[in-house]
Amino acid sequence: MSDQSVPGDHPHHSALSAAPDEPDEWDRRVAAALAFLRRRLTGQYEVDAFGFDVDLTEHVVHPLLRLLYRQWFRTEVFGVEHLPAQGAGLVVANHSGTIALDALVLATVLHDHHPERRHLRLLAADLVFRLPVISEFARKIGGTLACQPDAERLLRAGELVGVFPEGFKGVGKHYTQRYQLQRFGRGGFVTAALRTGVPIIPVAIVGAEEIYPMLADIKPLARLLGLPYFPVTPTFPWLGPLGAIPLPSKWLIEFCPPISTAGLADQADDPIVVLDLADQVRETIQQTLHRLLERRPDPFAP
Amino acid sequence: MVTGVSRLLGARLAASLAADPRVDRVIGVDVVDPPASLVDLLDGVARVRVDSDSFGSAIAGADAVVHLALVTAPDPRRGGRAAMKEQNVIGTMQLLAACQREPRLRKLVVRSSTAAYGASFSDPAVFTEDDAPREVPRGGFARDILDIEGYVRGFRRRRPDVTVTVLRFAPVIGATIDTTLTRYFAQPVVPTVFGRDPRVQFIHVDDALEILRRAVTEDHEGTYNVAGPGVLLLSQAIRRAGRIPIPVAEPGFSAAIGLTTSLGIGRYTRDQLDLFVHGRVVDISRLVEEFGFTPRSTAEAFDDFLARHGGGMVRAERIAAAEQAILEAIRQVRAAREGT
Repeated sequence: MSDQSVPGDHPHHSALSAAPDEPDEWDRRVAAALAFLRRRLTGQYEVDAFGFDVDLTEHVVHPLLRLLYRQWFRTEVFGVEHLPAQGAGLVVANHSGTIALDALVLATVLHDHHPERRHLRLLAADLVFRLPVISEFARKIGGTLACQPDAERLLRAGELVGVFPEGFKGVGKHYTQRYQLQRFGRGGFVTAALRTGVPIIPVAIVGAEEIYPMLADIKPLARLLGLPYFPVTPTFPWLGPLGAIPLPSKWLIEFCPPISTAGLADQADDPIVVLDLADQVRETIQQTLHRLLERRPDPFAP
Repeated sequence: MVTGVSRLLGARLAASLAADPRVDRVIGVDVVDPPASLVDLLDGVARVRVDSDSFGSAIAGADAVVHLALVTAPDPRRGGRAAMKEQNVIGTMQLLAACQREPRLRKLVVRSSTAAYGASFSDPAVFTEDDAPREVPRGGFARDILDIEGYVRGFRRRRPDVTVTVLRFAPVIGATIDTTLTRYFAQPVVPTVFGRDPRVQFIHVDDALEILRRAVTEDHEGTYNVAGPGVLLLSQAIRRAGRIPIPVAEPGFSAAIGLTTSLGIGRYTRDQLDLFVHGRVVDISRLVEEFGFTPRSTAEAFDDFLARHGGGMVRAERIAAAEQAILEAIRQVRAAREGT
């Protein structure tokens, strides 16, 4: 009897003492997860003035979005070398997909593919900050209100800032208008770049248009709920919560060569300069979209 | 002359000025007598008790006036909101009128608050001194602050020879100070607004004092934000205090405030609700540059407050111990399974 208990005990001890020496992936992950939980429960993490919670973003939000963009959307990324290695930059992308999932994917893709693992600070519409839960989430992942003071403060601090000048016109457009860039508004993003002298990096995102193809917009319901649109997709609202599952389209993301704005600070208030530059960015994105679409004839290609 | 000496900040400022050889005489004014704990501090200060609408009566001959006597939340035992407004708005008007008539006056320092920026969903993330509120704030204190700053602007126009310093303080915190907000964090279970995690800033009471002292003894014309660098999220601060946040839906919170206020047992105000929904972060670079002084950070100020008021239900050491215990248990279970 006593003989049997010895071999049962022996490997138990050796495995325990061996654990710190051998690189044990599983053990490291458990320890990291527990340490993360402790930090959350005791409030021992840092946030910046905008409420950006790097700890939460890197340990919870990015892993989930990574799964989504790699496995579900099979995303291919081009032109990462056009992003500044350090210092500020204004990343301008097309916006689509009924809900702004493309912004979250873009931020995660940029972080994962940039050699310095930089974070993209997203600028969002004020509706986002009116809604409970969503406003909290937006700030924690590094977002802030799309307004001149916030954009300039982030750019002056040397951050990469992400904007979607189409706004709701882009995300809330009908499926038949897919990949047709909407108006860029007053070009406020150009003004911010000119004032701070940072380069503009246009980005084309292909794939987000097909995740929730919007077939109709129930305007009275949208007005009732105070939303910019109320989408009807092949799955929403028919399938209830299942309608929230995005269709598995194939995504291509291309970062285009930067457009320099250095030395134009004194022209930041000149509407002609601002609108011309906004048009140049818009054209670049539109042409890149067409080029990417030719490479991806089937939206649901592997 | 210092108003509001019956409270900690005013009493400590008056005492520190009385001990300063450059200051001849300090007159301490307030509407109530100081509590026993502050009486010793006010030894070298000539105390004057006035009604809230006659702050100006004690001013004769003063060459510097520091106005700290503001009420941040209605006190049901002392006349509630009506008395609060009377002291904040009418009291300040009275004081400024007397200041305007005082020919010897050279300096006016007015305590304001970062509540001056109001609270709206289209606010920038960080306020600078040049930002104006986008909406009329819901809270009584914030509206009083806007009125007070309006009167100070008028005073500046009429007496350009007086150096006017307006200090917009973030909530003051520290080991020794007792405010509605410190009491809020001292509760075992702390209500928050569901779906909102505002960014908050604090200023340590010692740093607030140092800045007030410099504003009186040096010349710093203008309006300055006064807050500790850095921010804490409300949930993070509650966790650090070892308390448990309980999210309450905003309409419920709002209704509860209305009900408790009308019953005269109000613990929270709409000013705080605005803070709990929107948060408030200010840029202090103008202060740092002009005063040559950087307050300790919001997190450090909060830690100092916790050193006295800590001891919540969730202790950091216990959580760390639990973390180690769980990690060891998992290692043992795995080792045992590999062994079999």
